[in-house]
Amino acid sequence: MVTFWVALLAISILIYLLLDGFDLGVGMLFGLAGSETRREAMLRTVAPVWDGNETWLIVTGVIMWGAFPVVYSMLLSALYIPVLVMLLGLILRGVAFEFRGKASSTRWIWDVSFTAGSFAASFMQGAMVGALVEGLQFSNGEYAGGTFGWLTTFSVLCGIGLCFGYALLGACWLVRKCDGSIREATRRQIPLLAVAVLAFLVVVFTHALIEHLPILRRWIERPYLFLFPLVGAGAAAVLATSILRHDDYWPFHMVSLIFAAAFGTLALSFWPYMIPFVVTIDEAAAPHASLAFMFWGAGLFVFPLMLLYVAVGYRVFRGKTAAAVDHY
Amino acid sequence: MDPTALLLSRLQFAFTISFHIIFPAFTIGLAAWLTVLEAMHQYTGRPVYRTLFEFWLKIFGVAFGMGVVSGVVMAFQFGTNWSVLSRMSGPIQGPLLSYETFTAFMLEAGFFGILIFGRPRVPPWFYLFSTAMVALGTTLSAFWIMVNNSWMQVPTGYVLENGQFVPNDWAQIIFNRVVWVRFPHMLLASYLTGAFCVAATGAWYLLRRTYRAEAHVMLRMGLALAAVLLPVQLFIGHLVGDYVHDYQPAKFAAIEARWHDEQPASEVLIAIPDSATESNRYAISIPVLGSIIGSMSLTSKEVGLTSFAPQDRPPVAIPFFAFRIMVGCGFVMLGLAWFGSWLGLKHRLERSRLLLWGIFLSFPLPWIAILTGWYTAEVGRQPWTVYGVLRTANAVTPFLTASAALTSLILFVAVYAFIFSFGTYYIYRLLRAGPAGLGGKPLHVPVPNRPMSLADKMPAIVEAGE
Repeated sequence: MVTFWVALLAISILIYLLLDGFDLGVGMLFGLAGSETRREAMLRTVAPVWDGNETWLIVTGVIMWGAFPVVYSMLLSALYIPVLVMLLGLILRGVAFEFRGKASSTRWIWDVSFTAGSFAASFMQGAMVGALVEGLQFSNGEYAGGTFGWLTTFSVLCGIGLCFGYALLGACWLVRKCDGSIREATRRQIPLLAVAVLAFLVVVFTHALIEHLPILRRWIERPYLFLFPLVGAGAAAVLATSILRHDDYWPFHMVSLIFAAAFGTLALSFWPYMIPFVVTIDEAAAPHASLAFMFWGAGLFVFPLMLLYVAVGYRVFRGKTAAAVDHY
Repeated sequence: MDPTALLLSRLQFAFTISFHIIFPAFTIGLAAWLTVLEAMHQYTGRPVYRTLFEFWLKIFGVAFGMGVVSGVVMAFQFGTNWSVLSRMSGPIQGPLLSYETFTAFMLEAGFFGILIFGRPRVPPWFYLFSTAMVALGTTLSAFWIMVNNSWMQVPTGYVLENGQFVPNDWAQIIFNRVVWVRFPHMLLASYLTGAFCVAATGAWYLLRRTYRAEAHVMLRMGLALAAVLLPVQLFIGHLVGDYVHDYQPAKFAAIEARWHDEQPASEVLIAIPDSATESNRYAISIPVLGSIIGSMSLTSKEVGLTSFAPQDRPPVAIPFFAFRIMVGCGFVMLGLAWFGSWLGLKHRLERSRLLLWGIFLSFPLPWIAILTGWYTAEVGRQPWTVYGVLRTANAVTPFLTASAALTSLILFVAVYAFIFSFGTYYIYRLLRAGPAGLGGKPLHVPVPNRPMSLADKMPAIVEAGE
């Protein structure tokens, strides 16, 4: 049961990273787009799916609360400010989808809120992961690090890194969904973003290894774990060639694979800890009665259905979207 | 624990959840109404249903968007501000909210995109199916929220182990009687909100002598639904009162402003409760009625607040007045719905401009009733978070500082006020413009993948008219 819910939590986090990652990324690149036509077209690629993408964040939150309540309560209360800023960012960018088209002279407000909200949410998500990796201060199961205990050079670095990562994912999504000038402009951004992301990943993992020697030992003891970084490196190579070949389809999937590899590397480095070196998976797990209740309905039957809705949604809105630009 | 941080956290929770409930209360009813419209259009082929569908879909889109973004906050606020509660009750509340997210949010989110942008891309039956799925999703969400809140009101099916509420009877938690009167109460409240907004819009157009055909359909359907549902709602409301009487006697005494045990008990209609002297000022009360309402008896003894230790009593003024405002709204709506439907049957509604004004101005009533109903339930539950087991003061994040809590409260108020003013303004503009541009026939076909195609015509028309 515990294993099942750890797996489902990991899958949900990964799905969230990839899906909301690209639409947060599009939100950040949106600020760079020069013309109204381009901004419209960029928004159009994510408008039908952003709501579903963001729902995976709630899925992650409630699985954590139901299956690992100790971690939910410890982490959210410790990360009070970053969670707050992330939520406000998500609110400001979320309403922009509906409000922007209804505004006339105030449209710029929603353009700003869309880009700034996307930045704030992405940065804070990265900073929270960074703070978690670096280690938050707990005593007797209670956070003791102060309001700004999460704010360090490393967590800021991770925040910036994730902004680049999401922007890269968003750029690949745009290349896949758009034609014409957006595709050309975005394609030029991809190499820069990709180099920045890979550099950040290397820095982050080196830092994690130096800070936490136990992780280094784990990697030496279990060399098969190197599969994850290797997959990431392979994906980076395919990404490079697919960009050189002006391919629209592969970059998105390769960046997704890099994300998955980085996430796997990170998760396995700390296994079996959920909050590194403070709380293990088994310590955090809810009583069996809770896990079983969630398993026999939500986990076993509804989770596959949720994947089905996502698949249906993406299938209905598949293909390039920019062709519609000339229709109005 | 910092008492200022506790107060600020309570204010923040009350503020964010009051703001949030406005939108689901509206969209639950609206989603059901959209499903009915789409089905009627596909069945009868009458264009007026399609026109109304496209028109209300735009309003649904704005309200739904605001409901989604303000709802995300709720999923995390338990952890940030109420870490002790979320750790203790996580094994029960976490799975319930997981079911909500898994069964409801994904359904809504998945099919909402198709509802807004997908009509040209899917066959009609699948479009109707998507509409129904969004409606089902909003309803399921309300159900799980009511299960969750009812457990906090009347905790059941658990044992306390190692400082956690460990569930030992899920059937008891989900299928107990309290859930099954409170869930219908909330669901009907949402349907009434939808019905009154639709009817008020119809009345508005008739007063302005515009969109006559659509206005008649809106008025007729909205008032008829409200006329049927309101008596049912009042009856279910009475059943909700029964559970409070049986399980939360202190809350019941606060709602009744009954300070001392009485046999038989009188019913205080209106008064100014004064907790300093433990008595009511300017009270107007009816003898014996309190026993009839509380226990359906002429002689029963009803419990007063002074039977509870001062630290176990809820505040009195808020539940007392909030409850009376809620009931008052209910009766005003009942009068409007019945009188309006009766005039409608006699085809005299359009000439009764006074009543049309009344219906038009009544659109805030269902929201006021919902908010005051929730204030009665939640403030009346104090000083407990989990009734009788966990005090609110002990549930808050122990190390939360007042400055952090103040920062978050100010930011939430500022951002919500900002988006709320724009959101209501955009909805007002859509409503004011009316189903124009659709020309009374279903010529509106959104361009594939054109996100804002639903509303982009509206501002242009409004501005041209201004």
